[in-house]
Amino acid sequence: MKFGVVVFPGSNCDFDTFHALKDVVGQPTTYLWHKDHDLKGVDCVVLPGGFSYGDYLRSGAIARFSPLMREVREFADRGGLVLGICNGFQVLLELGLLPGAMLRNKNLKFLCQFVHIRIENDRTSFSHRGKKGQVLKIPIAHFDGNYYAPPEVLQDIEKNKQVIFRYADEKGRLSEQANVNGSLDCIAGLMNRRGNVMGMMPHPERASEALLGSEDGLVIFKSMIARQ
Amino acid sequence: MAGAAQRKDDMIDKKILDNHNLTQDEYALIVSLIGREPNLTELGIFSAMWSEHCSYKSSKFYLQKLPTKGKHVIQGPGENAGIIDIGGGLAIVFKIESHNHPSFIEPFQGAATGVGGILRDIFTMGARPIAIMDSLRFGPLTLPKNKSIMDGVIAGISSYGNSMGVPTVGGDVYFNDCYSLNPLVNVFCLGVAKKDKIFYAKTEGVGNSVLYVGSKTGRDGIHGATMASAEFGKETEHKRPNVQVGDPFKEKLLLEACLEVMAKELIVGIQDMGAAGLTCSTSEMAAKSGTGLEIDLDLVPQREEGMNPYEIMLSESQERMLIVTKKEKVKDVQDVFAKWDLDAVEIGKVTEGGKLKVWFKGETVVDIPVAAIIDLCPVYKREYNEPARPKQEFLLNKYPLPRDYGKALLKLLSSPTISDKEWVYRQYDHQVLTNTMLLPGADASVLRIKDTKKAVAMKLDGNSLYTYLDPKSGAIAAVAEACRNLACVGARPIGVTNCLNFGNPEKPEIMGQFKEVTEGMAEACNAFAIPVTGGNVSFYNDTEGISIYPTPVLGVVGLIKDYAKAVTPGFKKEGHAIVLLGENKEELGGSEYLKVSFTEEKGTPPAIDLKTEKAVQELCLRAIEAGLIQSAHDISEGGLAVCLAEGCFFSRDKIGCRIDLKDELRPDALLFSEAQSRIVVSVQASKMKTLLELAKKRKVPATMIGRSGGKNIQVTHRGKKLISVPVKQAFKAWKDAIPDFFRIK
Repeated sequence: MKFGVVVFPGSNCDFDTFHALKDVVGQPTTYLWHKDHDLKGVDCVVLPGGFSYGDYLRSGAIARFSPLMREVREFADRGGLVLGICNGFQVLLELGLLPGAMLRNKNLKFLCQFVHIRIENDRTSFSHRGKKGQVLKIPIAHFDGNYYAPPEVLQDIEKNKQVIFRYADEKGRLSEQANVNGSLDCIAGLMNRRGNVMGMMPHPERASEALLGSEDGLVIFKSMIARQ
Repeated sequence: MAGAAQRKDDMIDKKILDNHNLTQDEYALIVSLIGREPNLTELGIFSAMWSEHCSYKSSKFYLQKLPTKGKHVIQGPGENAGIIDIGGGLAIVFKIESHNHPSFIEPFQGAATGVGGILRDIFTMGARPIAIMDSLRFGPLTLPKNKSIMDGVIAGISSYGNSMGVPTVGGDVYFNDCYSLNPLVNVFCLGVAKKDKIFYAKTEGVGNSVLYVGSKTGRDGIHGATMASAEFGKETEHKRPNVQVGDPFKEKLLLEACLEVMAKELIVGIQDMGAAGLTCSTSEMAAKSGTGLEIDLDLVPQREEGMNPYEIMLSESQERMLIVTKKEKVKDVQDVFAKWDLDAVEIGKVTEGGKLKVWFKGETVVDIPVAAIIDLCPVYKREYNEPARPKQEFLLNKYPLPRDYGKALLKLLSSPTISDKEWVYRQYDHQVLTNTMLLPGADASVLRIKDTKKAVAMKLDGNSLYTYLDPKSGAIAAVAEACRNLACVGARPIGVTNCLNFGNPEKPEIMGQFKEVTEGMAEACNAFAIPVTGGNVSFYNDTEGISIYPTPVLGVVGLIKDYAKAVTPGFKKEGHAIVLLGENKEELGGSEYLKVSFTEEKGTPPAIDLKTEKAVQELCLRAIEAGLIQSAHDISEGGLAVCLAEGCFFSRDKIGCRIDLKDELRPDALLFSEAQSRIVVSVQASKMKTLLELAKKRKVPATMIGRSGGKNIQVTHRGKKLISVPVKQAFKAWKDAIPDFFRIK
């Protein structure tokens, strides 16, 4: 499966994501420059983490206007697989390809640490290689990861089983303590109605090699590859 | 023509000289060097370039003692950063810098721009930065001002480093009264480059084009270098405009654009605009190549209106570089910078004759020999005295034994200097670039180097209390401790950078401290055979006449040949044998225990014998290489008891330990002394014999002192129970100490 990693000015995790996909998981991967209008025939578009446009105005608020986003939107509308990680998730929210928005973390500080997330829906393109209830250890690194959606939207999301991951403790229990950034309903990752676009705040590319502390991120990448 | 038409209001009097921090003698020297009186802009240039911060005029003489050569050294002191060959065609580029004075005035931006500055020092040489560490010193958190400074500094470092996508992987934080009005922010950065693709600050080739790239110039930070070269007085608020404002997004673009023009081999030389901005970069580049340089200020991108030559030349606006390139490559360079939405303007050219010539609105406003600015700055051999230090009378018998050793341990664990720093490093992205193998908190930071089997390890150390009590010994201990920490993760030291933070060098007792510290550093670096590749000196860390303790911060970098062998400090399993390498001694002088339990900073700091230290470290390294070691942690502040407690805290399941000590020492000294050259390791029972034999062969004392296991930190002394504290309770005291200061009540 051919992956394309979009590079915005200020993206940082593009290198890491490229490395995880190409060198660790062994898939053909290419960078996609934000000013181009060419998706280079990829099967999956990944919007990586970082500080696109310095997080000016709001995280992802300016990146969503990048030229390439026109093609990304059309690609998503056609059913193409799109994964947004951290800042990438924020861009997808700003694009309206996913519902909701991000607020400042509840403790008002940047948070970089390993967290546990629980698989809520294992019948998605991004999680079918895992099992419902399975706990994954994956790191977060963000200032604005506090997911929010108004009540009616949240109701819809839950009804349609769009939530893929929730923050939990290592035993899979939900708690205020485990929900370090304060996200509504402990939502760590969710997809659109159609199921082809997902956003997640934790960084699976940082949990793809045992020597860095966890390989649990591979569940997500392997699920996507198997969908081809 | 410059100088000839001296307007009346340009006349330089004593008041102007004082404002510029120049002495009458220095002024006389300037006049003789350029053959006339300088105009105001030229005076400003000399003021900045001859300031302590830029010229090292008070420290150069003593820094000459430091060893700087080694067979792997590609670049020693004198450039933007030091460079060491690590084999496989790769080199590491690293340095440490201080941003102390700005961080007191404006903590967030002061610290943030400190990060920005050191990052530029690294990538200006062609290396992609892969790690940041910070060494911080604050006054006690019981004072709101110190809390506010700490909060701002951490937020500033976090904001800049995270935005740049360079992980802040380690560092240290110490608290002491002497830093209340003089916080220290020392920032270290390391990058990796191909060893035959290093870039230097040079102009080479008359007629080459000079390009200004990056952010536009404003009025921020003018005379930042001069401010950093003077004490603070009562009114420091008005110095706020002297602090630069950073934009990490711009710097990230600058980083990518610079690395791209370097990869495409489009440039001849490059220098970042840091302290003294355009002034420093133009003159340093020209000086290095022995050429002159001519620029037109009307072409400099400006973001404020009506800036005069003085302001443009001295502005310390961030995120700017000066590039020299062949005329035919200018367009290609500009295309790359345009891709990254950055200005890249040709503002001048390289000339013959060694002069810095600056044009403004058609007139020459600066015309001075480059050598006068750079090479001919006076070097001072300042008067020195006995170092300022307290009365040394210290009698251990005066101090009663604690009634409850467990309580004494808990008190130590919850003292901010020793306590957990997660509140700090959780705010730093320490995992971006996916190289971080050991999480912050370990003895040293370890980063794998992609596409190789190697890992690079790094650590900052510098106990300023030891250095205050005995400058030479304290400096030696700082080097030794950093190397010891490296040994604990399995890394051999290969290079050193240092940041020397002191008070006013015009005071003989401060100069005395400096002299002894540099002597100690030289001795230790020679003993460990590690070259000093560069560093920074920060003088004038005093406010209203009160100086900080002499604070040398050592940054030691090491190499692990096989990253799979890296070792972490936590106990791994119940039932492993815990072994002490080295010998326990009674030394409580200068200890954290004395400070926390008796509020005293007294005594002789623990003696350090470099031969012993090296032997213990070598044993640890060989044992790790032989696969014998499960965990390793060095003994430092808080002594053996704190070291053991931390071994429990870093273990995944918070395993306890059962220790029985037999030394004939006072129990409080046994538990809390900070005697040097000791490492606590844990091994599988089956490997004990081999370890002890190895130790015997290498003539290093190695004693099994207990086993990991249980839920308590349990220490007995010749049968008598000293400590039995549940790990959970100790962990909480250690973990909550700093967050408790910042919790919103």
